[in-house]
Amino acid sequence: MTGFDWDTLAVFLTRRYDDILELAGEHLTVVLISVGIALIIGVAVGLLVWDKPITRSVSISTAAVMLTIPSLALLALLSPLLGLGWGPSVVALVFYSLLPIVRNTVVGLREVPVPILESARGVGMGRVRVLFTMQLPIAWPIILAGVRTAVQLTVGIAAIAAYVAGPGLGQYIFKGLSSLGSKNALNYALTGTVSVVILALLLDAAFLIIARYTISRGLK
Amino acid sequence: MTEPTSAGPFSTVNGAVGIELENVSKIYPGQTGTAVESFSMSINPGELVMLVGPSGCGKTTTMKMINRIIEPSSGSIRIGGNDVLSLDPNQLRRHIGYVIQQIGLFPHLTIEENIATVPRLLGWSKKKTADRVEELLITVQLDPGIFAKRYPRQLSGGQQQRVGVARALAADPPVMLMDEPFGATDPITREKLQAEFLRLQSEIGKTIIFVTHDFEEAIKLGDRIAVLGERSRIEQFDTPSNILSAPANDYVSSFIGQGASLKRLALIPVAEARLGQASGDASGARVDIAGTLRDALDLLVLTGGSSIDVSEGERVVGSISHTAISEALGAAPLAGARQAE
Repeated sequence: MTGFDWDTLAVFLTRRYDDILELAGEHLTVVLISVGIALIIGVAVGLLVWDKPITRSVSISTAAVMLTIPSLALLALLSPLLGLGWGPSVVALVFYSLLPIVRNTVVGLREVPVPILESARGVGMGRVRVLFTMQLPIAWPIILAGVRTAVQLTVGIAAIAAYVAGPGLGQYIFKGLSSLGSKNALNYALTGTVSVVILALLLDAAFLIIARYTISRGLK
Repeated sequence: MTEPTSAGPFSTVNGAVGIELENVSKIYPGQTGTAVESFSMSINPGELVMLVGPSGCGKTTTMKMINRIIEPSSGSIRIGGNDVLSLDPNQLRRHIGYVIQQIGLFPHLTIEENIATVPRLLGWSKKKTADRVEELLITVQLDPGIFAKRYPRQLSGGQQQRVGVARALAADPPVMLMDEPFGATDPITREKLQAEFLRLQSEIGKTIIFVTHDFEEAIKLGDRIAVLGERSRIEQFDTPSNILSAPANDYVSSFIGQGASLKRLALIPVAEARLGQASGDASGARVDIAGTLRDALDLLVLTGGSSIDVSEGERVVGSISHTAISEALGAAPLAGARQAE
């Protein structure tokens, strides 16, 4: 038998339907939690450094260097410190999400035109009010684009977190790879991979909706 | 209920306030020498003062010290007798209208929300704010039905600048600071905005400090003009017609440029001149009595005649000649139209 056996895949999917959904749910959860944490840290870092040339380039370079560390290596390094499962997975994903979020926060804040800030001060707004009613809303489309990149990045990397027994669809991919030759090896790997791709596409679609409802029409 | 006007911390005279600057200086840190040196000026309630000078002379810095966008290094500034430097800067700015050349409308907010900025900061009720926004849109000749819900990027430059003026006027501040507000618009739009601005000022009578590098604009709009030199030094501070007829020094003369008399003609209405007998020629060229002597001279040159008829609506009320124009010019410094208050 040389062709792919669709019937066994169908049986595989029917039997493990609940299991697959649960893993997809975990995958989604770990991505959202991690990007959520990275959004808070990243925007905070961006706010602290955007108008200071030296700290700004230091933090963006640091985040860029962090991104070059192979995910498998990072997970292996985190495991002795944080054990297995969710802990190292979330930390690693936050780590990778930081670059696009910090960078886009800095770019977004820097692109708010100076006359707008001067006008905001000129009508009697304090610093905090200017930040929350002017700078962040005007920078939001760019920050949101950074969050979107972070989500796409982490959906893929989360699959690798199964290496340290992390949650999500990576478990199927690793199970398939480690049992190559067995009857369901290809079904596991394929189901895991395709599900990750579908999840990534759904999340990307969700961003279009989020952008529609959170970005002022005046900025589009 | 609070009054719709919000003089805020200032005491007013008929709703307007005077401004006193005394020995105000600005030294930027890390720079030798002063950007503005010992600037003193007294501005009457309801007066429109133009600060005119070349780029980098410190005129903008001088103006921005009044609402403390730039903090003065020394000296005192009083608005309506109150020391500006002892007030909370944000409270102060909510009672001073501020218009800048780049307009600085908030791009993520609608026109309505832009104009409502200061009323919201002052905690006005929704109803009162909405009424005020509508009133202001009508004042600056933008149809509320069309423009209220639009965003700044959907408006032309001229329309945006009108919204900028409306936003500055929103809480009816007694003082307005305007930094080359029409500088970035094309000549046709600028002329229109200037005319609208004069009409508006004649209704609202704010105390206005208006910065420009355009002397023509200063003549056209100002009650008084301060010609500024280096470090914001006042070279001359007087009415447009006095500056044109008697420039204080060579610097002021060079700023006026060629044709001071021609410029003065534009300040004097036809009605100021001694009118002669109407020609009785129904087809001849006519200048309206509400026009200026410059309009009259323009027509005289064009027709090549010695005099042209002056009309008031459809009716011819007399004629004006070259001689009458020259005479009016001679008398102008004493009877300048803008001096009468």
